[in-house]
Amino acid sequence: MAAPAMPTAPELPELLRAAWLIARKDLAIEFRTRTAFFSAVVFALLGLTIFYFAWDATAVAAIDLAPGVLWVIFTFSGLLGLQRSFGVEQADRAMDALLAAPVDREAIYLGKAIANFLFVAGVQAISIPALALFYNVPLAGVWLPLAGIALLAAIGLVAVGTLFSAMAVNTRLAELLLPMLSLPFFIPVVTAAAQTTARLLAGRPAAEAWPWLRILLGFDLVFVVACAIAFPYTLDE
Amino acid sequence: MTERLSIAGAPSATRAPIVDGWLAAAALAVAAAYVRIIWFTPPEATQGLAQKIYYLHLPAALNAYIAFAVVAVTSIVYLWLRDPRADRVAEASAEVGLLFTTVVLTTGPIWGKPIWGTWWTWDARLTLTLFLWFIYAGYLVLRGAIPEPEMRARYSAVLGILGALLIPFIHMSVYLFRTLHPMPIVLKPDRPSLPPEMLQTLLFSFAAFFLAYLALVRARYRLAVERALLAERESHSEGER
Repeated sequence: MAAPAMPTAPELPELLRAAWLIARKDLAIEFRTRTAFFSAVVFALLGLTIFYFAWDATAVAAIDLAPGVLWVIFTFSGLLGLQRSFGVEQADRAMDALLAAPVDREAIYLGKAIANFLFVAGVQAISIPALALFYNVPLAGVWLPLAGIALLAAIGLVAVGTLFSAMAVNTRLAELLLPMLSLPFFIPVVTAAAQTTARLLAGRPAAEAWPWLRILLGFDLVFVVACAIAFPYTLDE
Repeated sequence: MTERLSIAGAPSATRAPIVDGWLAAAALAVAAAYVRIIWFTPPEATQGLAQKIYYLHLPAALNAYIAFAVVAVTSIVYLWLRDPRADRVAEASAEVGLLFTTVVLTTGPIWGKPIWGTWWTWDARLTLTLFLWFIYAGYLVLRGAIPEPEMRARYSAVLGILGALLIPFIHMSVYLFRTLHPMPIVLKPDRPSLPPEMLQTLLFSFAAFFLAYLALVRARYRLAVERALLAERESHSEGER
């Protein structure tokens, strides 16, 4: 890894470098075990299948269902990955070692968030083509903006989800609490992403999707900053 | 060791009175508001008697907003000063706010059935209120899931602040959702000039509900103090054993 030379702001590259180290650690664990990623992908594919049969396919066109189905599935399969994010640090009290490491608390949050983001993006990279296949969605002209929406939404979901994952593992309800805390926060993200996707797939002009895209961008900006600031408060002092 | 048992914000009187004066006054005020609403306020011309629920619905909604604003402010104060009193006010206010939101969500459909012809519609304001209910229900579940008081206060303060940040985003999305899918019904008749009798009843009812909010938060705060004292005493006696 070549550290970018930025003499004007010496702290930021250091923070990012530490964050990337932590992200790499999490990704290495995930890459060697592959349990969470595999189950999240299978979960997403199962979801796509079940949703198809939950509607009357002769009454509702698959293309009309596709955006909603896609985003509901991302939300829930994303939760599977987020659940593990701080869950892996529970074993052998690995969290204490992480806190003892000479890195900023914000770097821990950022590193966890980067790993979670790549996890969610990986699930998306498999399930969006699967959706196109199963729901007969023509992706030819729209795949690039669709990927952009998917990444913007993933940032929002991961920013909030990483923080709540850190909180939920320390509570008595653990697995149950993460969806309860996260889902209200996912509402604006999922709504905006699904609405933008629907307009994109329907070939509507971009101006129609812009108000939704603005919500998505604003959410990402506000909650990445707010959650990074809030994260140190969720650690034992 | 006895001075360790004193809890910041504990009332000086150790024994709680049998009748809580504030709660009694609030109950009387709400009862008086009911009397005024039912017998001393003229029915609305087109909606008839159904409109009277408005005098409960709107004050409950406004007080719920006040309650959640108090949660956000006391959460910030807690993270800043680490004063357990701020955490207790936040807890009390969230509970009472959730209660008022429940009042809003039950009185709304009762009015909606005769006026709109449906118990529920995914209108922007209804949806927003429902999501508010979810956020603060989650807040109270989080509180219940953490036994350790200091950690509970920290975590719930974080959620209390993030919840307040979330409200504008939910607000924007549900309104955008509505404008793109226009509803055939206008949510509330826009009446900038409410007839004076009705306005007086509304203000009276709002004051009664606000008093109820204060009294409930106060009662709930005292309960939290008692609980903290009890927990302290238990851990104290366990330490002696």
